[in-house]
Amino acid sequence: MSTTEEELTADDVVFTDDVAATSETVESAESGDDDRRYAVFVPNTYEGEQLLKPRSETTARELMREVGSVLRMSEAEAAMLGDLPEDPEEDQTMIINMGPQHPSTHGVLRLMLELQGEEVLRCKPIIGYLHTGMEKTAESLTYLQGGTNVTRMDYLSPFNNELVFSMATEALLGITDEIPERATWIRMLLSEMNRIASHLLFMATNGMDLGAVSMMIYGWREREEVLRFFQEVTGLRMNHNFIRPGGVAADLPPGWRDGVLQLMDMLPPRLDEYDTLMTGQPIWRERLQGVGVITPKEALALGATGPILRSTGVPWDLRHDLPYLEYEQLEFDTVVGSYGDAFDRYAIRLAEIRESMSLVHQILDHMPSGDYRIQDKKVTPPPRARIDESMEALIHHFKIFTEGFKVPEGEVYVGIEGPRGETGCYIASDGGPTPYRMHMRDPSFTNIQCLPHMMRGGLVADAVAVISSVDPVLGGVDR
Amino acid sequence: MTVLDVPMTELRGQQVLYPTREQYLDVAKALADDGFTIAVDLCGVDYLQHMERPLPDEVVAERFEVVVNLIDIGGRRRMRLRVQVPESEPTVASLFDLHPGTEAHERETFDMFGIEFDGHPDLTRILMPEDWVGHPLRKDYEIGRIPVQFKGAHA
Repeated sequence: MSTTEEELTADDVVFTDDVAATSETVESAESGDDDRRYAVFVPNTYEGEQLLKPRSETTARELMREVGSVLRMSEAEAAMLGDLPEDPEEDQTMIINMGPQHPSTHGVLRLMLELQGEEVLRCKPIIGYLHTGMEKTAESLTYLQGGTNVTRMDYLSPFNNELVFSMATEALLGITDEIPERATWIRMLLSEMNRIASHLLFMATNGMDLGAVSMMIYGWREREEVLRFFQEVTGLRMNHNFIRPGGVAADLPPGWRDGVLQLMDMLPPRLDEYDTLMTGQPIWRERLQGVGVITPKEALALGATGPILRSTGVPWDLRHDLPYLEYEQLEFDTVVGSYGDAFDRYAIRLAEIRESMSLVHQILDHMPSGDYRIQDKKVTPPPRARIDESMEALIHHFKIFTEGFKVPEGEVYVGIEGPRGETGCYIASDGGPTPYRMHMRDPSFTNIQCLPHMMRGGLVADAVAVISSVDPVLGGVDR
Repeated sequence: MTVLDVPMTELRGQQVLYPTREQYLDVAKALADDGFTIAVDLCGVDYLQHMERPLPDEVVAERFEVVVNLIDIGGRRRMRLRVQVPESEPTVASLFDLHPGTEAHERETFDMFGIEFDGHPDLTRILMPEDWVGHPLRKDYEIGRIPVQFKGAHA
């Protein structure tokens, strides 16, 4: 090194210093210090162990274990598959951070990509940038307040979150069978409308990620119409806290039926426009078909649910298979794909909007009259009018909103079909007015694990399409 | 009632198995052979302030529990496993080799409760920052508060 320095001109000395510093780090890395080895690549975004392991440590054996366990076969069998990429030289690959601030990562998802040229060799999703400890918060909110918390988790499907939380609470209270019919049907109406809104937003973001920017405007436009209906019903566009333990917060407002019908009239021609703009269009198909393929075995092993699982051809829809509310009375199809690629996931969501619309029509025909919440005084606050007349009602109202109601000891898990897959709620109660422990099983959190498998061997340009087709909501992932 | 030599309860229409830590993997494997091939959820619970919770007689209550929810797609059934994990040695076997989909859930449980999973390929924090001290969902973890200051209020 010293001889080189002597030969260099003064201008080059700075450069030489850099090289010297780098090679020093590499040398110390060779002595076994992993953290410092990686400091060479990402000195400014260093986060300790949140790193891909050096390739030398994760070659054949590690990769094989990954593939082997996912495909449910022994490592020997996995090795015979022979589709594992040849290990490239260490200096031919590049590790790149995508996100957390990247327009196509749907919030604050960060992906570490190992690239060889344009090809993605490995990918590791890193999450937690939106973590606000909502499960901890839930432990200090009463069951009546809990809805305000869970509705903000997966913020694109607020009704489904409230619904599953309410259903879990009701199961603990043992009042599941006493929920008035009208409340149940209002819940179904809202969660189907929510599915439509959520899938419309997927259409928008998926279009935007793939360069169909006008689609972004169309998707948001239609979703906004649905949200306007939500606003008429609940008072808020998002984060409604409308579905509560015991029923729903209020009856549907006058004119709600016209509002729904107006939406249902508006949507079909718009969806046909989407078909013209995207489904049949060669560029769109080229961009999505065969991209991010996942097999049924992989999807099942990784716990994927919702459109991702169905895109592989597995007809699993909780509304059909483990029915809840009154879905048994309705007729609808489970939409499945056949290739498990990004196009299937797009097409499934588009078809599910149409299925949900047919469901909404059936719900409109069925909608019974009656109470919109249970008349169990323990769970339901007295109506506003009673408070003016009765001191007891006033006290009762005050107590239920300040102290909440007590829920019997026990634990329960309830799962429903949200727009992204199984939304589950696990509540353990110690008999008090707040959940002892509340855990939300958010579909996005599990589905994100599919990303490395969908991306392996694909192009970095397709990574955007893959993230988009998984449709993660980071509010739900990080909670 | 016992299934697979493991106590079982059925409350509110939900079946729950209570394997010990030693039985845990074998039970999960036996259930997988029986059709419960999807681990849909895995989470932890810290029962520090509620040790006297109702459990079958054979089960010794410990501070932590790992709760696994399984689905049998063919039979359209659900099953839940509740594994007792002692405070003195918060370690259980990892389901990763059986159900790779629990990878993120186990990391989350480790992050939030400090329960370690034997055989997990990458047991690091997932939601909290790397240098975070403590495990936030434990019951003895202090909740931080920011003092509220009112403008013009007299102290």
